[in-house]
Amino acid sequence: MSSVTPRPYLEVKDLTVRFETDDGVVQAVSGSSFSLEAGKTLGIVGESGSGKSVTSLAVLGLHRTRSNAKVTGQIWLDDQELVTASNEEVRALRGGKMSMIFQDPLSAMHPYFTVGAQIVEAYRIHHPGVNKKVARERAIDMLARVGIPQPSRRFNDYAHQFSGGMRQRAMIAMALVNDPKLLIADEPTTALDVTVQAQILDLIRDLQAEFGSAVIMITHDLGVVAELADDVLVMYGGKVIEQGPAIDLFQRPQHPYTWGLLGSMPRMDREVRDRLTPVKGSPPSLINLPSGCAFHPRCPYAGRNGDRSFTDIPVLTGGAHSVACHMSAEERTKIFQEEVAPNL
Amino acid sequence: MSENLLEVTGLQKHFPITKGLFKRQVGAVRAVDGIDLTVQAGETLGLVGESGCGKSTAGRLFTRILEPTAGKIVFEGQDISHKSVTQMRPLRRDVQMIFQDPYSSLNPRHTIGTIISAPLQIQNIPTPQGLKTAVQELLELVGLSPEHYNRYPHEFSGGQRQRIGIARALALRPKLIIADEPVSALDVSIQAQVVNLLEDLQSEFDLTYVFIAHDLSVVRHISDRVAVMYLGKVMEIAHRDDLYKNPRHPYTVALMSAVPVPDPVRRDRAQRDRVLLTGDVPSPINPPSGCRFRTRCWKAQDICAVEEPPLVRRLDDPDGHLTACHFPVVEDEAVAGRKPATINV
Repeated sequence: MSSVTPRPYLEVKDLTVRFETDDGVVQAVSGSSFSLEAGKTLGIVGESGSGKSVTSLAVLGLHRTRSNAKVTGQIWLDDQELVTASNEEVRALRGGKMSMIFQDPLSAMHPYFTVGAQIVEAYRIHHPGVNKKVARERAIDMLARVGIPQPSRRFNDYAHQFSGGMRQRAMIAMALVNDPKLLIADEPTTALDVTVQAQILDLIRDLQAEFGSAVIMITHDLGVVAELADDVLVMYGGKVIEQGPAIDLFQRPQHPYTWGLLGSMPRMDREVRDRLTPVKGSPPSLINLPSGCAFHPRCPYAGRNGDRSFTDIPVLTGGAHSVACHMSAEERTKIFQEEVAPNL
Repeated sequence: MSENLLEVTGLQKHFPITKGLFKRQVGAVRAVDGIDLTVQAGETLGLVGESGCGKSTAGRLFTRILEPTAGKIVFEGQDISHKSVTQMRPLRRDVQMIFQDPYSSLNPRHTIGTIISAPLQIQNIPTPQGLKTAVQELLELVGLSPEHYNRYPHEFSGGQRQRIGIARALALRPKLIIADEPVSALDVSIQAQVVNLLEDLQSEFDLTYVFIAHDLSVVRHISDRVAVMYLGKVMEIAHRDDLYKNPRHPYTVALMSAVPVPDPVRRDRAQRDRVLLTGDVPSPINPPSGCRFRTRCWKAQDICAVEEPPLVRRLDDPDGHLTACHFPVVEDEAVAGRKPATINV
């Protein structure tokens, strides 16, 4: 690759995550690669079981406690390789240089400790010399910055005393207390109402501008991705099947699965369509992935160019906006313009 | 003019809050606090609102799973507000429900055959070809294979389970189906499949739907008319196109502007036009006086705290577009006035 572009803050190369279970080996992520620069947002989209959450857990090294998990490939965070790093090394980064916002803040927070105490703990672990008073001030300051009214009073409340939106704000405060350079948000707004979701997305956007962190936004909602992401990864069956700049990907989606996702969504910004045009069938089992292209059983265009779809796994090709599909770029463009776009 | 299948007037459901040994009532959660609605035969009425607005409770009242605290529910001219379980039984043929969670709404110990045939057996519906054939026909109708008859719910994916729930609701060939968040637990592509299925079944069997959901885009897609609820009240109700093109209630405007649009090009515009509501929904135990939305509304004035605005036609709205607001949003303002609300609770 060219040496002019700045070195990405996070670079994931050929990441593979397997879980050995009694039913067989679960191929949660197979060979996904991506990179992310500081200050940018990467959206990872996919349905349940597409590998999007496992990818982020692998970056944070949260699979390490599971003896049945096998992770291969490379994860570079700011010149440090994480797959081969020791548990201590990863622990020093987790919550410090990289942190995470989870979907359900009620189960991600400890019910027995006050929200404030948990933020203080997160801060003092990474700042061992800091006394309690300073840490407390830092925590209150963070609560104020994420928009929690009366932060010094709410500091002493427990997670269950917060509303859903406020709880998510508190978790964001905890994730950001150590100025992380990488923030992973796994479906941070899925459990929230739309008006609260808008507040939280706004907050993440503002904080990112302020702190300059790189953000990975994992979601199933293409609307949320379009709101925040600079670049988008579409995952299916544990693989990245399409990846590119957000504007390009939404305007000229290339993979039949991405077409299906867009066709499944009723949109508020368009006239009402008579019918939605979803992908047929359901997502594959990760234990028993279909041969060839994992999407072929659901793809209306499989088999157009001989048997390749059923035997060969397509590779991700095409530069900035790349796609893993056996059809040629011309073929896909034609299909998209003639058959797909009119129905979106 | 189509007839009204369901008419609801002044409907209330208060859940008592009790305290102490003798269960002394100390308050009530006013989940549904006086709503008036009609559902016409053959239409889909969408019921939207955020969590805790009372939309699910309303659905459970319509099907008389719950008994109302006050108000009247009239189904096909019959007052069903306080009918007993036995009195309701014949009516259950006509009113069925589809639930949100396809995991907890199917008994894990029963086969699909038992689950779907249960309504037929309870209602003693004659099945000339036999019960099994009747169930298998239903399975085919919802896009499942007849061979699934002897399987158990855990063998199915979320989308397939929701289809099973739909087959069960359809077994008695009801007139009205109340669907409570039927697609919100499903993946995007599966969601669209189920929405299409519900639409096909509606035209095939002349069904009437009350479609309860928090997702405004899905509700817009499927509904003929839409009612927006907030803290147990209907804030605005209108024909789908009137409501989405010309929302009058500030809450409706805020709700719609909050929906993320899958178009990164419009991102900046969408953010600029967004009405950011501050604070949270107040508690339904002690809702604000006057208009319930006033604590989060950027147009609120003194009168809003004193007088509750009635749900009536405002400005030059077409018939059937009703808004409960003293200061309905006018068209130009709907774009120009979208500034983040600064009122805090």
